[in-house]
Amino acid sequence: MNVSYKWLSEYIDLHGYTGEQLAELMTSGGIEIDVVESRNKGVTGVVVGHVLTREKHPDADKLSVCTLDVGGPEVLQIVCGAKNVAAGQLVPVATIGAVLPGDFAIKRAKLRGVESQGMICSAKELGLNDKLLPKEQQEGILVLPEGTPIGASILDVLAIDDEVLELDLTPNRSDCLSMLGVAYEVGALTGRPVKLPDNRVSDSADHASAHVSVRIEAKEQCSHYSARYIKGVKIGPSPQWMQNRLMAAGIRPISNVVDITNFVMLEYGQPLHAFDADKVEGGRIVVRMAHEGEVMETLDGQERKLDSSMLVITNGIEPIALAGVMGGATSEVTDGTVNILLESARFDGGTIRKTSRQVGLRSESSVRFEKGVDPARVVPALNRAAALMEKYADGLVLEGIVQELAEQPQQTVVKVSIEKINRYLGTDLSKLEIETIFGRLQFPFELSADGVFTVQTPSRRGDITRDVDLIEEVARLYGYDNIPTTAIEGAATPGALTKPQAIRRELRKRLTDAGLHEVISYSFTHPDRTKLFPALTGADLYPVRLALPMSEDRSVLRTSLLPQLLETAAYNRNRKNDDVAIFEIGSVFHTEEAELSRLPHEKHRLAILLTGNKNVAAWNRKAEAYDFYDIKGMIETITDLLGVSGDISYEAAQPEHMHPGRTAAIVFAGERGPVTIGYMGQLHPTTQNDHDLGDTYVLEVELAPLYDAASFDIVYKALPRYPAMERDIAVVLNSDVQAGKLVGAVRETAGELLESVRIFDIYTGEKLGADKKSVALSLVYRHAERTLTDEEVTELHGKVVANLEQSFAAELRK
Amino acid sequence: MKERLEALRVEALQELQQVGGPQQLNDLRVKYLGKKGALTEILRGMGSLSAEERPVIGQVGNEVRAAIEEVIEAKQAAFQQAETENRLREETIDVTLPGKKLGAGSIHPLNKVAQEIEDAFIGMGYTIAEGPEVESDFYNFEALNLPKNHPARDMQDSFYVTEDILMRTHTSPVQVRTMKATNGKPVKVICPGKVYRRDDDDATHSFQFNQIEGLVIGPNIRMSDLKGTLLQFVQQMFGKQAQIRLRPSFFPFTEPSAEVDVTCVQCGGHGCRMCKQTGWLEILGCGMVHPRVLEMGGYDPNEVSGFAFGMGVERIALLKYGIDDIRHFYTNDLRFLSQFVRM
Repeated sequence: MNVSYKWLSEYIDLHGYTGEQLAELMTSGGIEIDVVESRNKGVTGVVVGHVLTREKHPDADKLSVCTLDVGGPEVLQIVCGAKNVAAGQLVPVATIGAVLPGDFAIKRAKLRGVESQGMICSAKELGLNDKLLPKEQQEGILVLPEGTPIGASILDVLAIDDEVLELDLTPNRSDCLSMLGVAYEVGALTGRPVKLPDNRVSDSADHASAHVSVRIEAKEQCSHYSARYIKGVKIGPSPQWMQNRLMAAGIRPISNVVDITNFVMLEYGQPLHAFDADKVEGGRIVVRMAHEGEVMETLDGQERKLDSSMLVITNGIEPIALAGVMGGATSEVTDGTVNILLESARFDGGTIRKTSRQVGLRSESSVRFEKGVDPARVVPALNRAAALMEKYADGLVLEGIVQELAEQPQQTVVKVSIEKINRYLGTDLSKLEIETIFGRLQFPFELSADGVFTVQTPSRRGDITRDVDLIEEVARLYGYDNIPTTAIEGAATPGALTKPQAIRRELRKRLTDAGLHEVISYSFTHPDRTKLFPALTGADLYPVRLALPMSEDRSVLRTSLLPQLLETAAYNRNRKNDDVAIFEIGSVFHTEEAELSRLPHEKHRLAILLTGNKNVAAWNRKAEAYDFYDIKGMIETITDLLGVSGDISYEAAQPEHMHPGRTAAIVFAGERGPVTIGYMGQLHPTTQNDHDLGDTYVLEVELAPLYDAASFDIVYKALPRYPAMERDIAVVLNSDVQAGKLVGAVRETAGELLESVRIFDIYTGEKLGADKKSVALSLVYRHAERTLTDEEVTELHGKVVANLEQSFAAELRK
Repeated sequence: MKERLEALRVEALQELQQVGGPQQLNDLRVKYLGKKGALTEILRGMGSLSAEERPVIGQVGNEVRAAIEEVIEAKQAAFQQAETENRLREETIDVTLPGKKLGAGSIHPLNKVAQEIEDAFIGMGYTIAEGPEVESDFYNFEALNLPKNHPARDMQDSFYVTEDILMRTHTSPVQVRTMKATNGKPVKVICPGKVYRRDDDDATHSFQFNQIEGLVIGPNIRMSDLKGTLLQFVQQMFGKQAQIRLRPSFFPFTEPSAEVDVTCVQCGGHGCRMCKQTGWLEILGCGMVHPRVLEMGGYDPNEVSGFAFGMGVERIALLKYGIDDIRHFYTNDLRFLSQFVRM
């Protein structure tokens, strides 16, 4: 809503407040003013001139030489380039010394040898938004209406010396979609009274009911329909002052009748519609829902296909207007219109909202209906517009209002006690202070002996229905700044992170300590990206697709984190950052339903990507490339940290798009048996190429099983009191024997006395022969309660070696 | 014999003066003082001396031995010191060459800020609640006093999946879930998380962003408590000099509602470009929990009251670090991320 300062001051005394000060006051009261804009973009010295003569320029085809009376002692000669200039016109004249927007000073000049003592201005040259001008005024010089006083300042004539406040209204304050509503608000803030506009019409012997009938069939969608009949109007331009107001509000003047409906809509917040009464068959108005498939042509010349959710105004047979959204072409007011059927009605906001969305038409009118109009203003607005048509369109307003009231508006009464107000706000307001606030708001109230206010909230403030709404009114007028700051009373509560939150923080800390950067990707992605790692997406699961995505690239919810990490790595490599070590902790989304009927599965996952070198080459160390065991070490460190390493094992796996020889499934020993909770390994070389990446190692793992199994309890074990015995073995075996199996076998044979086993060397070479490798293990034996004897260790160790020889065809290396 | 001893002393000391290194010193020790050394050789002839002479010569022999030993030890110490000095000289390195640093990655700035906000509220006795990012219309809108067709739904055009399921547009549904799970007992939580709104991305808008909302419900929660809480939070986050200003506003789930401004972090309230010369930056929305929301959460609004607040993590991160474009947070350029390595 754009509010002209000058216009507003018609309804309330603004003396003592500049536009800026008014904006500040209103903002502090809860009506945010985005901007205060001066309508004067820098115009001085422009006056109204009367074109006396217009001759062709002797030496230029496109120029005219005019003489003008600008109210001074002398007649001015001005050369003008506009096509539409003509003798007899009243026009804005920038005289010598005048300034136009952009600091354009007017000087005496000679144009093609002819002296010019000023300039005749177009609307644009005066800094007006020419899109808001009547069409015929958009080109050439601005022609002012007859009767505009010669010599008068254009600033007064066009009301340019004005400021416009742009209101940024919250949805509850639709009452401020009208000048009167804003006036009430300013009245509440300043304590000044509101002056209502004059809406009296003259008496007439002819009754409107003889010409118009109104029937509401759709009573739920239209609670009130009122009409007046105005006879014998003369269609023409509206008075300049009205055009000025409309333009200040951002509405283009069209003709007196249409301008009046718009003017009153802005004044009262009540949209109105003028029908050409002679085009409304039998003067019959029937309000009903449209029939499915019914067609009508709207004012903009478009054929609209209607459905049964739309409310229409009909002549009893066919639609003549799409209620509250746009009028119909068949009943449009044109230059030849003589009689007006004027509508002022209250339509259901939800219905109008739906219709306007469906047909893609949002108008000043539909916006107001959507937010709800004041039931008490339907008739006053109708009267006001009729009175203006009498005055400015030479119409005769017929006696009486033809109307149907389908639903009597409810009177809202809300009670609130002084005690509740103060308890809720933490204030100590007196009875008098609260009374003053309700008085300024013009809310009629009664106060009981025990301090309870019974407030009749006016219908213009439909947002006030409960005690807390009144408390807010008190709070905002008392001033939020005046409310004290206090601490919550009562016992203190302990604050804490949940276990998963604490774990995620620890993961972040550990991984960043290891040099990784955390990233956050978008949750929306391209459907193809969800197919990249089917093993991580899950068999029999679907991605979740948005109903109306902004683009196909962001149309489904991610089913795994890795695809975006690959994109991030590629992005950085394209910017000469070859070493990328990143991780993300975030949700992925799956559903087993082809058509979603309940919330999808949402799972927290950790993903890591490593590519390039882990350190830059320096004087004392070479650059070292990331490898599989770097990423494996990370997950091992993490599971150690969470105390779940015992529940995790790693198995060679060949999921799609991963290197078949360098990928492991991460297997969690759950209560119901082992489950794969993630994968890690090197990307398949083809996938690396597709993403413009070098050797890249990735990991993605489900966090929920780790959250559940993690234990932060540290159980202290006494330090060993007896010495350990260390034995090393090196065995030669087939190179496809997995170290994990070897270690497992060692553990199994050695039993409880084995404290630890560590692989300290792996060797392959010609000496061993092809397909052979040597694995060197270091075993530590210890008994908790006594010193082990050399004999028993030798015997046990012998068994370990024998088992390896037997199980893996291992050969002991000497 | 005495003369021979004295001559030996002179000879030995002379030779020791010339000694060039520890090896030679050791050779001289053997030569003069060893078992087969010169001194032993001379003293071996003591047997032929008279009983009177023997102690005198023995005395002289001891003196000569002591004198030689003294010089040898002094020489040895000197050699050792020289050797140590030499070694230290050889071991000298260029201490200005760079060292081997520990790994230094970075927590994403949005999570860094979120953790900081969380910690501020944990310190005030809040717990942290989380909920799904894909929500039902009921939890996201209806239970928050936003029935279908409510005009305020325009304020946050949403990404729907089906008619009843959508990407949450705020973390408020977590508040509703918390209320329902709490069964009418007091609540003191903050709800951080990702939210989604249909916005065209530009320097200040992102269709995906992070919010942290807070909710307190109890028998006597006042609007003044809300002000006190926010002031404490803001001062913890932006420093003791930070002040807040509340402006009346509207949210369907609170009444009264307010927008909260904080003293401009750039100019300290004097007015600058960042705060558009106002001295204030808008960072929060808040209010007293609407009685309808309390009812739907299973509370009796006559028995309890509450306040709620919400802020955008991106907004605070932009202000805190002076970042000019919200899209940086989701581009994950390492040149951007690595600027957030510090504590």
